[in-house]
Amino acid sequence: MPAMSRKVAVALAASASIALLATACTGQSDAGANDDASKDTTINFWHAWSAPGEVKAVRSLVAGFEKAHPNIHVDIVANMTDDKINQALRAGGDKAPDVISSFTTNNVGKFCSSGALVDLNPFFKKAGVDPATTFPKAMNEYTQFDGNRCAAPLLGDAYGLYYNKTAFKKAGITSPPKTWSEFEKDAKKLTLTKGDSYKQLGFMPNYHGWESTTEHYFAQFSPTYFDRSGKSNVAEDPAFEAGFTLQKKLVDELGGYKKLETYRATLGDEWGPKHPFHTGQVAMQLDGEWRLGMAEEAKPDFEIGVAPLPVPDDRADQYGKGYITGTITGIAATSKKQNAAWELVKYMTTDTDAVVGFANDIHNVPSTLAALKSPKLTYDPRFKTFLDIAADPNSTTTPASVNGGVYLVTIQEFGYAYESGRAKDLKAGLAGTAKQIDTDIAQAK
Amino acid sequence: MTTYTLRAKRRRAAFRTAAFMSPWLIGFTVFFAYPLISTVYFSFMHYDGFKPPTWSGTKNWTYVFEHYPLFWPALRNTLWLVLVMVSLRVVFGLGVGLLITKIKTGTGVFRTLFYLPYLAPPVAATMAFAFLLNPGTGPVDSILEKAGIPAPGWFNDPTWSKPALTLLALWGIGDLMVIFMAALLDVPQEQYEAAELDGASALQRFRYVTLPNISPIMMFAVVTGVIQTMQYYTQPLIAGKVASGVIQGAGTQFEPGYPDKSTLTLPQLVYNLGFQRFDYGSACVVALVLFALSMVFTAFLMRRRGGLIQAGD
Repeated sequence: MPAMSRKVAVALAASASIALLATACTGQSDAGANDDASKDTTINFWHAWSAPGEVKAVRSLVAGFEKAHPNIHVDIVANMTDDKINQALRAGGDKAPDVISSFTTNNVGKFCSSGALVDLNPFFKKAGVDPATTFPKAMNEYTQFDGNRCAAPLLGDAYGLYYNKTAFKKAGITSPPKTWSEFEKDAKKLTLTKGDSYKQLGFMPNYHGWESTTEHYFAQFSPTYFDRSGKSNVAEDPAFEAGFTLQKKLVDELGGYKKLETYRATLGDEWGPKHPFHTGQVAMQLDGEWRLGMAEEAKPDFEIGVAPLPVPDDRADQYGKGYITGTITGIAATSKKQNAAWELVKYMTTDTDAVVGFANDIHNVPSTLAALKSPKLTYDPRFKTFLDIAADPNSTTTPASVNGGVYLVTIQEFGYAYESGRAKDLKAGLAGTAKQIDTDIAQAK
Repeated sequence: MTTYTLRAKRRRAAFRTAAFMSPWLIGFTVFFAYPLISTVYFSFMHYDGFKPPTWSGTKNWTYVFEHYPLFWPALRNTLWLVLVMVSLRVVFGLGVGLLITKIKTGTGVFRTLFYLPYLAPPVAATMAFAFLLNPGTGPVDSILEKAGIPAPGWFNDPTWSKPALTLLALWGIGDLMVIFMAALLDVPQEQYEAAELDGASALQRFRYVTLPNISPIMMFAVVTGVIQTMQYYTQPLIAGKVASGVIQGAGTQFEPGYPDKSTLTLPQLVYNLGFQRFDYGSACVVALVLFALSMVFTAFLMRRRGGLIQAGD
């Protein structure tokens, strides 16, 4: 009998310790926001910027904060990807971030639904700041999920069209295209072949052409990704069919998938000075506002023009809109210094001068309505195009989803199959894509 | 002697055995049994790393096998690599080993030349291959084109991406070459002499003397090769990333397995599901599939060893 009870005791102790281990791994925080932000404290801030100029800009933004809040010190960690941030948010601990910023707005749904970042609604309320009147509409949208505002916008990105003015002149084109049919004609006119390849390609339509992703094309068709019940709308909303058809037409007319892919393999990389737009290898480029600074830095031997992306012919009156996304920031659920962390988030995202200064340094679009109008905003006159796209009420973004950007990857995957000719039936493909998106969401819940 | 003291003696003996075994036992429990049991446990749970895990039955299993679009392509690729890459690596490693043991002059130079690539870090080696095999600007294709041979798309063409990875693996054959060389030099010389006296041709000498002597090493090369290939992660990931043009960008969505899922392997899925989607349950399912596959392959090879490994090995 004593032996038996010892066995039971061992088994109990073992299961208790396993249970303890298992719960210790769940990263649940019981701290809440009860730290005193007026006391001397140090918080960790992780961000994703990596270029030297950008890292310096973050440092000067934080220096401004520390000057205004002498008791709060900030340890900055640069060049953090979402994967690393996500893992650190789960691990917690002293070295883990209190405040994070991420480039991937697509991950907001995941951040909010998992509880990785705290809901900022109570903080905004306490500070008397109304997000709806502070941030532009699209940015206000992509920083929350299911009523949980776990993020705030920290600068924004707007997508438009870059074009080679010199090449346009040579081809006899006087103004940037406003509709997709004009765009098609111009892209063909601007394409100069050389043997089996190109001397100059009018436009690289393939989905592997970096920012030429499905969501960036589709923004011009104002799609609704999910219906009211949260089911994928990809097979129902004609915007998707129209978007895929347009892109496939461009691929076919500009030389076909294979020829374009082979040409693409010869091009320099997206973030380097040998980017094909800088070198004149492509005459038009779908890209974000940051490209202007990068392209000018590469000192191209042509004049750069900037315009909004074209719109479908039947939506000509909406010319001027575009795709909006941006960097987001939030407070870690594991943080024990959430009030101090909020002070930093509030400063970075709502202090007009701070936002303007940071936008000036990074060459991104400011993320508050006040900063967008600030006279302190300095920029190249062409940059105004992106500010206008950001402020355009018809501009769209992609909604947050419980599993982050998985639905966008699924749509893009179908795009690869369709552009290459592997998938032939568009309608059936869209139905399959919608089904896959719904299954993935059900799996994540 | 009473039963009591006998029992105490036995218990002491059992305790002693356990004490001597404890280093292994602890290692086995901490690094093998516990992770394996938790992997099985979590494969039946819904767990995202934040909220406490909840029981989800076989949901993760059906998701991976029926609804996760990357699973079957990744499994097919992994099997392809296990069959083609491992066999070619063994044949090629043995071939190079044979060649180097046979040549009379400059052995040192050749050994170094064949061994050096093995020391290249996998990321750098893959990037170098992606550069060499670039269908537009790479030197390999421009030479092929000049010779009038149709140049393949390599990492940009789904039918050529795995052969390109195999080429990369063959280039880094140094480890196997060294092992085979040691085994070949170990074959007793008198057996060759005897065979020669009996009038055996070079091919016969290889078949009846060399092969039986090095069969345990062949076995070792195949089993470790299978296990390595099951864990093949870095090279296909980097090749796919470089060829697709996605380096790391603001919010860039990465399509794993470019082109057309042809460079996707099972370990990439474990990362994708576990550390990108934070669906730990499904990641555990894929990990278990990998584990089961490794066990099946190894068991199969061990059963077949009768023909390969002779008595007394």
